[in-house]
Amino acid sequence: MTSVAQTPSRVVGGRRHAWRTWLRWLAPWALPLAILVAWEVAAQAGFVNARLLPAPSTIALAFWRTLMDGSLILNTAASAERAFIGLVIGGGLGFAAGLATGLWKPAEVFLDSTVQMLRNIPHLALIPLVILWFGIGETAKIFLVSIGVLFPIYINTFHGVRTVDDQVVEMAEVYGLSRRAILTRIVLPGALPSILVGLRYALGFMWLTLIVAETISASTGLGFMTMNAREFLQTDIVILGILIYALLGKAADAATRSIERRVLAWHPAYAPRQGDRP
Amino acid sequence: MSAAAERPLSQQGGFDIRLAGLTKSFDDRPVLRRLDLHVPAGQFLAVVGRSGGGKSTLMRLLAGLDVPTAGKAEIDGVPATARRASTRLLFQEPRLVPWARVLDNVGIARGEGWRARAQGCLADVGLLDRAMDWPRVLSGGQKQRVALARALASDPHVLLLDEPFGALDALTRLEMHALLEGLWLRSGFTTVLITHDVAEAVALADRVIVLRDGVIALDIPIDLPRPRRELTDADAVALQAEVLAAV
Repeated sequence: MTSVAQTPSRVVGGRRHAWRTWLRWLAPWALPLAILVAWEVAAQAGFVNARLLPAPSTIALAFWRTLMDGSLILNTAASAERAFIGLVIGGGLGFAAGLATGLWKPAEVFLDSTVQMLRNIPHLALIPLVILWFGIGETAKIFLVSIGVLFPIYINTFHGVRTVDDQVVEMAEVYGLSRRAILTRIVLPGALPSILVGLRYALGFMWLTLIVAETISASTGLGFMTMNAREFLQTDIVILGILIYALLGKAADAATRSIERRVLAWHPAYAPRQGDRP
Repeated sequence: MSAAAERPLSQQGGFDIRLAGLTKSFDDRPVLRRLDLHVPAGQFLAVVGRSGGGKSTLMRLLAGLDVPTAGKAEIDGVPATARRASTRLLFQEPRLVPWARVLDNVGIARGEGWRARAQGCLADVGLLDRAMDWPRVLSGGQKQRVALARALASDPHVLLLDEPFGALDALTRLEMHALLEGLWLRSGFTTVLITHDVAEAVALADRVIVLRDGVIALDIPIDLPRPRRELTDADAVALQAEVLAAV
């Protein structure tokens, strides 16, 4: 190829590159957008019963209405509070237990098989029992969320602690690090990738548990909002509630990912593709 | 290395090492049998032998990672089982902490003024410009240099090297030899190098011992001029042949 012919082809290549970047950015949103448009058209044209499946625009209006009268914020806040408290309690217990069994053999012997047994009970099967124990108040829902998040965090903490490189731990001992320093500077950072995977699983379980718990018994929360709307055949609010759940789940996952990117910058799997140097 | 030259030399010197009837058995199978050895302060000793000859066991005893079955190993008159900052061990693998930057790896033992000391040691091994990198972006030779800097950061009186260059390519190995020899000449720590490479032992050490079936099969001084860049002369070749015959 001559140098004259090369210049324009490079420009085309550059344009193609920019176009590709756009495509990569848009591609994940293409399908949801297409579904949304098809849905709106179908609803407006009367192909689907607006009672059973209201148009996206109707749902957007419902969003606006509930936002303005404050009920959306109130219910989301109530759900988020339960989710958070449950996560802190269950996650804290799972983390502590995982650390204990990971670091200390007697704790593993004593605890692990019990945990493995309990883990295999679907925790939602406990709902009737939980209602008998705690009634239908806040405690029941927080208890269920705690149970839901406990096991993924426990298992991944245990696994993370156990898979820390023995050779590096031995090096730290030889270099005179105290037990405390080995725990905080070697074991915990080494277990962190696994613990964060556990956290992401736990967040999924957290929302799932909460939805079910709130639809069964509550007087606030997104689950209550959707069940209440069902009573009055407000399908738009039901779908809105489901969408809010999806958004909250996505937000929680994105938050964990951003934590991962920040604290696991050393890890090959989370490394930026270019420019390793800080 | 220019930064190293400007730094005031730390001539901490070495400690002497004394083994007396040192014995180590695993399940009644003796690996070291009644070793007696005196390594004077500041000497560079190479321990050569086949795999399973007890080299690494000796190293673990000197580093305080194991306790002898009988007899004793003393560094500066104190049993080697007590871990001390004055004894530092360079492992076969770099064993860097992946989630700590290079500088934090070198200064892993912390202590007062660790940052400046770690920087000085990184300069000594020629990697000061990589101080803020993650270990994973370094090459194998660079990682082992960081591990060497980490060992030197404690100003050791005894440096134990457990086949630290075994995994490196031939050229990187020669660089490491020159680096180690230079640092040793400057600081004067007592050095024990474990290796299966006879040429490496003769190139670096003042004295070579051959460990075979748990006993010292050969103990010869290597009286060649330093620095030893070229080891093709007849004396070196003759010494290598002598050691090889004993292995």
